[in-house]
Amino acid sequence: MSKALKRCVELDRYDSIIIGAGHNALVCAAYLARSGQRVLVLEAADTPGGLGASREFHPGFHASVAHTISHFPQQIVSDLKLASHGFETSSSALPTVGLSLDKKHVVLQQNSVSGTSADDADAYQNYSRLMRRFAAVLRPFWLRTMPRIGNNSLAEMMTFAHIGLNIRRIGKKDMQEFLRIVSLPARDLMDEYFDNDILKATLSWDGLIGSKLAPRSPNGAVLAILYRMAGESRGVHAIPAGGVNGLIESLCTSATTSGAEIRNATTVSRVLIDRTDNGLKAMGVQLINGEKIQADNIVSATDPQRTFLDLVGVEHLDIGFTNRIRRLRCDGYVAKLHLALNGLPDFNGLERPDGRMIIAPSMDAIEFAFDDAKYGECPNQPVMEIVLPSVHDASLAPDGQHVLSAHVMYVPYRLKEGWTDAARDLICDRAIDTIAQYAPRIREHIIHREFLTPSDLEQNYRVTGGHWHHTEFAMDQLLMMRPTYEAAQYGTPIPGLFLCGAGCHPGGDIMGGAGHNAAREILR
Amino acid sequence: MNNYDAIIIGAGHNGLTNAAYLAKAGLNVVVLEKNDYIGGASVSRELHEGWIYSSCSYVCSMMRQALHRDLDLGRHGLLLVPYLGTVNFGDAGERLFTYHDEEAAHLELKRHSPHDADAMHRFQTDLTRYSQLIRKTLLRTPPDPTSFRPRDIRELLYLAKQVWALGEKEIYEYVRFFTMSAAEYLEDYFENDMIKAAMASPGIIGTALGVYSPGSSYILLHHVMGDVDGSIGAWGLARGGMGAISDAIAGALQEHGGEIRTNAGVQQVLVENRKAVGVVLENGDEIRARVVVSNLDAKRTFTRIMDKNDLPEGIYEKACNFKIRGSSGKVNIALSGMPKFTGVPGNRYIDRGGQGFTGSLETMERAYDCWKRGRWSDDPFVESVIPSAWDPTVAPPGQHWMSNFVQYCPSDLAEGPWTAEKRDLFGQTVVDKIERYSPGFKDLIVHMEVRTPHEIEQEIGLTEGNIFQGELTIDQLFFNRPFPGYAQYRMPVKNLYMCGSSTHPGGGVSAACGANAAREILMDLRRPNTVPDDDFYDE
Amino acid sequence: MNTTDPYAGERLKLSPFHPRQQALNIRDAWSAWNGYKFADYYYDAEYEYFCVRNSCGTYDICPMQKYEIRGRDAEVMLNRMVTRDVAKIRLNRVAYCVWCTDEGRMIDDGTIFRLAGDKFMLTCGSPCNAWLEKSAFGFDEVSVTDVTDDLAALSLQGPTSCAVLKNMGLHGIDTAKPFDIMYFPFHGDTLMVSRTGFTGDLGYELWIQPALALELWDELYAAGENYGIQPYGEAATNMARLEAAFIMPAMEFNEALRTVHFEHDQTPFELNLGWMVDFKKPHFSGRRALLKEKQRGSKYTLTKLDIEGNKPAEGSYIYKNKRCTREIGYVTSAMWSPAVKANIALAMIKTEYLQGELWAEIYYEKELRQYSRVARCTRKQKPFWAPPRARATPPPDF
Repeated sequence: MSKALKRCVELDRYDSIIIGAGHNALVCAAYLARSGQRVLVLEAADTPGGLGASREFHPGFHASVAHTISHFPQQIVSDLKLASHGFETSSSALPTVGLSLDKKHVVLQQNSVSGTSADDADAYQNYSRLMRRFAAVLRPFWLRTMPRIGNNSLAEMMTFAHIGLNIRRIGKKDMQEFLRIVSLPARDLMDEYFDNDILKATLSWDGLIGSKLAPRSPNGAVLAILYRMAGESRGVHAIPAGGVNGLIESLCTSATTSGAEIRNATTVSRVLIDRTDNGLKAMGVQLINGEKIQADNIVSATDPQRTFLDLVGVEHLDIGFTNRIRRLRCDGYVAKLHLALNGLPDFNGLERPDGRMIIAPSMDAIEFAFDDAKYGECPNQPVMEIVLPSVHDASLAPDGQHVLSAHVMYVPYRLKEGWTDAARDLICDRAIDTIAQYAPRIREHIIHREFLTPSDLEQNYRVTGGHWHHTEFAMDQLLMMRPTYEAAQYGTPIPGLFLCGAGCHPGGDIMGGAGHNAAREILR
Repeated sequence: MNNYDAIIIGAGHNGLTNAAYLAKAGLNVVVLEKNDYIGGASVSRELHEGWIYSSCSYVCSMMRQALHRDLDLGRHGLLLVPYLGTVNFGDAGERLFTYHDEEAAHLELKRHSPHDADAMHRFQTDLTRYSQLIRKTLLRTPPDPTSFRPRDIRELLYLAKQVWALGEKEIYEYVRFFTMSAAEYLEDYFENDMIKAAMASPGIIGTALGVYSPGSSYILLHHVMGDVDGSIGAWGLARGGMGAISDAIAGALQEHGGEIRTNAGVQQVLVENRKAVGVVLENGDEIRARVVVSNLDAKRTFTRIMDKNDLPEGIYEKACNFKIRGSSGKVNIALSGMPKFTGVPGNRYIDRGGQGFTGSLETMERAYDCWKRGRWSDDPFVESVIPSAWDPTVAPPGQHWMSNFVQYCPSDLAEGPWTAEKRDLFGQTVVDKIERYSPGFKDLIVHMEVRTPHEIEQEIGLTEGNIFQGELTIDQLFFNRPFPGYAQYRMPVKNLYMCGSSTHPGGGVSAACGANAAREILMDLRRPNTVPDDDFYDE
Repeated sequence: MNTTDPYAGERLKLSPFHPRQQALNIRDAWSAWNGYKFADYYYDAEYEYFCVRNSCGTYDICPMQKYEIRGRDAEVMLNRMVTRDVAKIRLNRVAYCVWCTDEGRMIDDGTIFRLAGDKFMLTCGSPCNAWLEKSAFGFDEVSVTDVTDDLAALSLQGPTSCAVLKNMGLHGIDTAKPFDIMYFPFHGDTLMVSRTGFTGDLGYELWIQPALALELWDELYAAGENYGIQPYGEAATNMARLEAAFIMPAMEFNEALRTVHFEHDQTPFELNLGWMVDFKKPHFSGRRALLKEKQRGSKYTLTKLDIEGNKPAEGSYIYKNKRCTREIGYVTSAMWSPAVKANIALAMIKTEYLQGELWAEIYYEKELRQYSRVARCTRKQKPFWAPPRARATPPPDF
């Protein structure tokens, strides 16, 4: 049978079905399609993109939950020829601005800091030099599959040896320092280097956001900072043309140009699993309308809990494995605030609000906001990260008008009293009040506001716990333990079922590493 | 005589142990102690006539039995008597007893939660597995992972082999355990908050972390990995108070010809040609020796008794950044009679074990939140024991001594420095809390000694009053303790060593730090090793 | 909590049969099982053993853990937990089962009773609450209830046991096949009888609400008066089960969830229970690991040994040769069997050496002095004791 004929016969059969069309799913789909696979991407929402998808939250005003990208790997950009599909990020690196009540804002550019003492500015040079060295040590491994200890495979063990060698190669002194600071709480690291409260809070932000960590929490924050510094842009945030959605669109184009098919508004209710004498095998998916679609590989871009507990079902899993998935910590602590503004708000002491602005007056302020959240309460004084994407891309709002997009920490997924409209309004007001301390006339500009709690994010985006990273970015849920062993190499205990979402190594954010690595494992 | 082979600064139990092993090797050693009593934080003091307080540490679980045997501490007067059980007092009047007897313990847990009673078996199995691994490292010098010396590589391979022997699954579980918070780790086992709180409480003792802070489950292990006669997690009392341990080690030291000088505070370590050559005492006397060993914590050693100019670049800063946070208080109370606790039939186990005023995880965490804000909680975590109930030597007959350990108590108050009034208010908070569970308790009080981190630092010399001589977080454990590159007891100045809890394996009355340091010193002085291997367990 | 007795909270619980058993336990030989006070023996262990082999005896199994599992998903949930096919257990039948970790290591063994289409009872030697909770997670309609304290249970074992039950008025009990369940009215309630046991002989287990426990005891003992009925304790049980080559936790296997050291627990294949691992049924916990083991072979195999001489080989090593230079296994249980007059043992032996010579190094004492001897071991394929009456239906009267 000729290849073409065979293809005709098996027309209704796909090589791979990808559940969800978040950016990792699209990266995975594009890689698979480019290698000649017949790929179908099923997305429950009306548009692809997941947390990166653009939504019109008010007529004429667009925003996506993820509002910047900071470490999307250049390798994926060039492999998938994203630039030729419209992805453009070069011109828009955002300064990070630590807002100060008395207008002494701290501004972080790629290689410098302003608004601090000269000592702090010098210390920042040392700090960023060191952190970049460490980030460089880890960089190769974000796009690598982590080895499984029990495999005893020499090739896999070489990855460990490689990590060891890389760490050793930075020199004895730096290696010692690396082994020390990798588990350090953000607060201790910052205190060792800096005096300025706002600088400390701003720098620790990248270690904390999205996680259940506060500045005093050991084991995790520094790794998160290094993770975010991993990309070629060294962790500097940027807004691509068209917002984050610009990246999503280019990924979609890249995938579909290579032959992948993306079906929106198609919700998968079940992964179909076949039972043979040799064990189980994933063989297709069932949609909520009852339709069944078959494929050799089923690739889930949804979070691990949803994948295994809802789509697969525990009866196909071992009890210990089920328990490890169940105990994954995936309660989100970040809420999203979107404001439609009828003009550009003035921020005290800022020429133009074109940076990534952090409202966190001190590390204590972050810590105390977290203290409320850990008991299931909303913080009295939330801390947040603000971006006005429309300043960089006028298409996101009507002429002369603007979108304010903010990540508000720490808003608990499990509110003690349960989430109600009143509870949501209350924390939304608090967030706006907080912004108003820095931009006093902000309220006059607000045409419309939208506040998405982690619980709303879970509902709207089908992400367990509303967690950005699908599952907490913590030492015990990283590397070959992400999401848990036996599923950390993208394959799962069920042959034919793969994971490719942020719940896998290397993790969340608009990063794409998981999709990239999963595609390689599927093609293996 | 003012010329020695070794000077040990500080007569804490690790300093004494270190000196004892050096003396045993035939070295001429002197231990210099600033106070007029020895023992450091492992001390018994008669602060009220007829009452012997273990005024700092109060319970013994980590003492390495290999050292106990080797130094013949039994003959020097040491007897460790294990706890029989513990009573935990909940916020809502509930009580949880932990019994030494397995069947009784199971029944009691079952009363609270049949699920947790079963889960406890797995929990203890897992903890045992983790402690066995850690215990193998206690009497060993940590390898330097950056070094290619044969000895370091050999030690690293030894470790790798021990870890490998866990099997794949348990290696992952171990990493998980090692990096998680106590509260979240316990989540996988237990459903009952009272049980979780009781199990989590060792995770906060002495540390500036909360039960929800990642890393606290290791602290939990640090407190339960010790053993008394092979039963893991058992705690014991030293007959005669914790000073009996120091006295017994001092006895061994003196038997080997070592010398102890009290009222001999060290002003400065003398450094000549980048080598430590001796010390200058506060009274101006100069004593010289081939090696100088500091039993003080790392911060104090490098910032108080050393000249910054004598140190290689960066060490002073490392010492300043060393995390040694005061977080614990101690209230020692002399009682005219045995307090009666409500909800404890027959005062059962009050007289043969500890009392944990644990409440719930949230109560414990909220106490930590207070500490972060520079104050103490109105409802602190208190862990108590009435040693006089089964140690006839520490209080007059029929009268009692109660030790109350309090977590958390800040070393610096947000509202200004500690004063005598504030200290007494802190003590009153603790008394009020106990009174809630033991009406009439206040009327029994004969005398009370309140120790905040401030007092602990002033008297014992522990920086910020940190009972471990430095936080037990990964960045300060094992080959990172006290600083990366200096974990093998040799300090940046030649002939200067450290032997206190600032070194591996860290805090607790284990005597392991002192013994490990002695092994390294003897190696450098080319003397035969006198420190025994930990050959106790075929695990 | 009882405030008059300060030790109430830590005293052992008493079984519903305790008043009668206490009167009969003239040696006051008690031990404990799952928090219950429990007879080690009553008068003399060997005498009690012979009652089981010769007439009949009762053994208190109230401390055994019992869980009721019910709901639409109960069968699926249990089927994913245990290695046997639960769907094949018919109504009013009992099946012996084991359950394993993901790694195929045995957590515990027990019996599953199918009491209705959607209602099961699981019994086992140690508490299993936490594992059952984990097993039930993810199933919508299943409830697990610990009924240990709500159900009194008494085992009646021995050649005259059927006759005693008939004499007690349980008409039709002789039609019960092994592993059958039957119900009889009893004082306004229902007495459940299953033809099960742990002695390898004819026997039944009786299940009744605790309030009627003493009535049951009294009627049973009245009916058994002329059939040599006697209580027996742990010691006699252990002898009988070893002759039947039944495995015992903490002897033949170490419960996986309580095992500290890597692979110091066992798999069903190692314990000769491979026949209970059904690879044709739906997925179950440990399947992948067990399939791998089946294909590759097991490290150890539990082996029935007949050993020369009469000195029990308790705690002995097994060697490949008489000079004892190559250690290949260890004895898990051993005794002199009074019934078959043989020196019997169960031993875990490395599978690769099974076919060769087996030698046990036995230590024994003679008037305070220790002796050792090396004895040849012979492998037995069948249980040491398996009388036809144990399987016959209807069973003989004695």
